[in-house]
Amino acid sequence: MNLALAWAEEYQNIHPNISLSVTGGGSGTGIAALINNTVDIANASRSIKDKEIENANENNVEPLEFVIARDAIAVIINPENPVEKLSLQQISDIYSGKFTNWSEVGGEDRPIVRLSRETNSGTHVYFLEQVLRLGDKENPTFFSPLTLLLPSSEGIISEVSQNPNAIGYDGLGYITDEVKVVGVSQVGSTEYIYPSVATVNSGEYPIARDLYMYTNGQPVGEIEEYLNWIFSEAAQEIVAELGFVPIIK
Amino acid sequence: MERKEAFQTFLITTFIRISGYSTIFFVGMILVFILGQGLPALKEVELSSLFSTRWYPIEGFFGILPLIGGSIVVTIGATLIAVPFGIGTAIYISEIAPRWARELLKPLVEVLAGLPSVVLGFIGIVSLSPFIREFFNLPTGLSALTGSLLLGAIAIPTIVSVAEDALDSVPKEYRDGAFALGATKWQTIWTVTLPAAKSGVLTAIMLGIARSIGETMTVMMVTGNAPVLPTGLEAIVSPIRTMTATIAAEMGEVANGGSHYAVLFFIAIVLFLISLVINIAASAVVFRETKRSEKILS
Repeated sequence: MNLALAWAEEYQNIHPNISLSVTGGGSGTGIAALINNTVDIANASRSIKDKEIENANENNVEPLEFVIARDAIAVIINPENPVEKLSLQQISDIYSGKFTNWSEVGGEDRPIVRLSRETNSGTHVYFLEQVLRLGDKENPTFFSPLTLLLPSSEGIISEVSQNPNAIGYDGLGYITDEVKVVGVSQVGSTEYIYPSVATVNSGEYPIARDLYMYTNGQPVGEIEEYLNWIFSEAAQEIVAELGFVPIIK
Repeated sequence: MERKEAFQTFLITTFIRISGYSTIFFVGMILVFILGQGLPALKEVELSSLFSTRWYPIEGFFGILPLIGGSIVVTIGATLIAVPFGIGTAIYISEIAPRWARELLKPLVEVLAGLPSVVLGFIGIVSLSPFIREFFNLPTGLSALTGSLLLGAIAIPTIVSVAEDALDSVPKEYRDGAFALGATKWQTIWTVTLPAAKSGVLTAIMLGIARSIGETMTVMMVTGNAPVLPTGLEAIVSPIRTMTATIAAEMGEVANGGSHYAVLFFIAIVLFLISLVINIAASAVVFRETKRSEKILS
C-alpha cells in the first residue's frame, strides 16, 4: 500500500534510529501475518472478519482496530455529458449492462462506454461488491463483458476526459479538472452527494471505505508512538497528498 | 606453436558450439516451464469452461476464446496494414530510391524499429484513439482498429529490414537481363526481383506477424481490454482483449499455484503454439522455394 510506504519513509526521516519495513500482498495477507504474530501492524482496506478474530484469539492475538484514513471512489463522466447525478442503482445497472444509452438515465441519446480498472485492482473488487452488487453478497450481478478494463487510473481519466460517451470511476485523489464528478445517492434516498473530505467523513457519500491498521492488543512503546504520529496533522497531510481522505481527529 | 593454435581453435569452436546449442536449450527450458505451469489448468478447469466465451477470472470464469479471438483480430488487422506498407517501403529503398534517399530512409526505419512500444501506446491513447472515435463515429476509440494501426507501425520496420535485405541480395545480373529484354522498371520488380527474393520476403512477413501477435504494452493501452468474443466485421472497430495483455495485466497479482495462475500459463502455451505454427509455416515455405530454384538452376 502506497500510504503505508509513504508513512514509513516519512517516519524514518524524522526518527532515523527507528527502522520500519513494509511488505505488500493485500488485506488478507496482512491480517494473516498479524494472526501468526509475525508483524506488529497489519494494514488493511477492509475490516477484519469474525473468522479471522477467532483464529487470532486461538493464537493469543487480540486484534485492535484503528481507522487511519478513508478512501472515496468518485464516479466520473465527460464534462460535455449533461448528466449531473446518478443513484447507486443506476450506476449498478449501467455497469451490469442493463442500461446501454445515456438517455435511459436522463442524458443525451449516446451509447454508454463503461470504463473500469483491471480485475486485479482492489478498487475493481470494491466497486463490484459495494456498487454493482449494492453490498449484497448474494447478488450475482457482474460487470458487463463490454466494460473496458484499463490498466491504470491515468488511462481512465484520459479516456473520460476525451470521450463524451464514457463513464468511469477512480479514487478521489486521481480526479482532475478534465472530468466531471457525478453526485451519487444511496439506495432509497433522493439526496445526491458529491464526494469530498467532508461528505466522506460524515458518512454521507456512499462509495467510500475505511482504511485500517490492526495491532495485537493495546500498542505500547515504539508502536504506540508510531500510531500516535499517524493520527497527527503531519501524517494525515500525507494521506491527502496521496489522494486518500484524511480523518479528522 | 602448432599445439597452441590447435588449442585456440578448440576453445573458439567449443564456445561457438555452446552458443549454438544454448538456443535449443533455452527454448526447451521455456517450453518445459510453461507446459509444467500451464497444463495443470486442464485438470483444474473443465475443458468446456476453458473454451467458453466468458473471461472473468476473479469469479472463476476462465473462457479463453475471447482472448484468442481478440489476438487474432488485431494481428490480422496489423498484417493487412504492415504487409503492403512494409514490402512497398522495402521495394522503394532497395530498387527505386536514389542513393541519398536510401541513406536517409534506412536509419529512419531503424529508429522506428527502436521506438519503445509504450511510447506508441501513449501516442495511441492521446491522439490516435480520439481521432478514430470521431472519424468513424464510434462509441469509443479504444478498439481493435487502433491496436491494429499501432501494431502495424511496430511490424513495418521488421518487415522492411528483412525484406530489403532479401531484395538487395538478388544478383544485379537478373535485373540487367530483364532490362535487356525490354522490361520496364515495374515489370522487372514484379516479375523478376520480387519472385527471386520470395523466400526472404515471406520470412519478413512471417516475422512481422509474429511481432504483432506477441506485442503486449501497446495493445494493453489502446484496445480497451474488454473480453468480448469477436463475431462479424464490426469486431474490428470494437474493444477487444488480447492474450498478451491478459497475461501482462493479471500475472502480477495472481496467487502462485492457483487455477487462475495455471490458466494464464495455459494462455502462454496457446501463444507459444501459434508462434510455432507461424515459424514452421515460414520455414516450410522457404524450404520449398529453395528446392524449386535449385531445380531451375540444374
